[in-house]
Amino acid sequence: MDSTTSQVSADEEMRPVLEAQDIARVLTRIAHEIVERAKGADDVVLLGIPTRGVYLARRLAAKLEEITGTKIPVGSLDITMYRDDLRLKPARAIGRTEIPGDGIDGRLVVLLDDVLFSGRTIRAALDALGDIGRPRAVQLAVLVDRGHRELPIRADYVGKNLPTSLRETVKVQLQEEDGRDAVLLGQRTAQAAGQ
Amino acid sequence: MKRHLISAADLTRDDAVLILDTAEEMARVADRPIKKLPTLRGLTICNLFFEDSTRTRISFEAAEKRLSADVINFAAKGSSVSKGESLKDTAQTLEAMGVDAVVIRHHASGAPYRLATSGWIDAPVINAGDGTHEHPTQALLDAFTMRRRLVGRDAGLGKDLNGRRITLVGDVLHSRVARSNVQLLHTLGAEVTLVAPPTLVPVGVENWPCEISYGLDEVLPKSDAVMMLRVQRERMNAAFFPTEREYSRRYGLDAARMAKMPEHAIVMHPGPMVRGMEITAEVADSDRCTVVEQVANGVSIRMAVLYLLLGGSEPAVTTPAAARTEENK
Repeated sequence: MDSTTSQVSADEEMRPVLEAQDIARVLTRIAHEIVERAKGADDVVLLGIPTRGVYLARRLAAKLEEITGTKIPVGSLDITMYRDDLRLKPARAIGRTEIPGDGIDGRLVVLLDDVLFSGRTIRAALDALGDIGRPRAVQLAVLVDRGHRELPIRADYVGKNLPTSLRETVKVQLQEEDGRDAVLLGQRTAQAAGQ
Repeated sequence: MKRHLISAADLTRDDAVLILDTAEEMARVADRPIKKLPTLRGLTICNLFFEDSTRTRISFEAAEKRLSADVINFAAKGSSVSKGESLKDTAQTLEAMGVDAVVIRHHASGAPYRLATSGWIDAPVINAGDGTHEHPTQALLDAFTMRRRLVGRDAGLGKDLNGRRITLVGDVLHSRVARSNVQLLHTLGAEVTLVAPPTLVPVGVENWPCEISYGLDEVLPKSDAVMMLRVQRERMNAAFFPTEREYSRRYGLDAARMAKMPEHAIVMHPGPMVRGMEITAEVADSDRCTVVEQVANGVSIRMAVLYLLLGGSEPAVTTPAAARTEENK
């Protein structure tokens, strides 16, 4: 999500729904859920979707290491080149794709993103994964699910289900990128609606 | 970024750095089991080559196919019809076929500019070398190679070539590679020196953003990269130097001269090389020579240029890497 200067001033009008300690708590819960479902997380590979998904993936990997005592491979998966709306906007700068050294073949890939909305990003991520290798299974973890899906896609691990209207905007801030941890809910500005 | 890529001077520093950074990501695609991205699916790109070319045409074709574009190769050996008219006819044919972009190489300087500005065709035009004028994607792949070798693959991201000392040696007069390189390297903050016999220095070179020298030996110890240029016999219509042997002795790069370069310095060549003329086989085959790397980097750079010009509703707006907006998650 963009953090433009115009939005910085709008931050004050946004209501926090998750604070720093809430985000830490939900990531800890998701880490335990992953270990429970994967029966130990031995073959888990975490892939974050840039920008903020990558930071979430790194934090989750640290928590998984605390729980399991083993190092969990972390990477990033940029989906820009696989988007279905590329022709609707000027060409965008592409983010980084970094697949851990052992690859993803036969592994359990857990995709990490900050907000699950239309599901189009995740559709693109699944296409991108198919060109990179053949995981044993793919799961999805998101910090916030705000609804309004446009594709038959759901998350396996959700930090917070946040029912929203399309007139509202959800903004995730993370320490590494924005200097603080928060999930903010606000009204969509006319400028944002036109984006 | 502008809609066409005709000259290296069309690029701002931010445009150039964005292309280099994008090419770094494109290079990773070559390491995947499936070396293909769906980004330009449904677009038709025409490679319009009025002049012989092997590596540039194949490089563009590989880049286009890796981005899933449909490719039409049009090889037009020089026709006797006046250039403007034949180019116009060809352009209107392509327009009627509905091509989405044209990559053009032409023996006449200015042909890509004419195609881009004449109104004959509506598609973006990419210059793949025109006469003795420019070859911008070659300059970009050279800059990419320099940044990787001199700054580092990851360390170089977002950076330019500020303060690096680059020397171009040889037939500057006929070299479109030299013209594009001087423009782009200057934009990227490098200090460029041209070394050539006085007969092979173009008129007006004093207005170029670079230094001129006639002696190779004193420049070599102060160079981070030395680019040897091929003597372009096919464009020569006079005797520019007495003998090949004399040219080699004064302006050729051999092992003894390479030893005068700093430890970290690299030897570059846009290809094709004439071994024994501007570069000895020993130098061409050494670890410090980046000729083969330049070819590999050419595909990544051309993928980046094609993506940034054609991958959206309009060319990339050069801003610091923008994150995604929530509206399209």
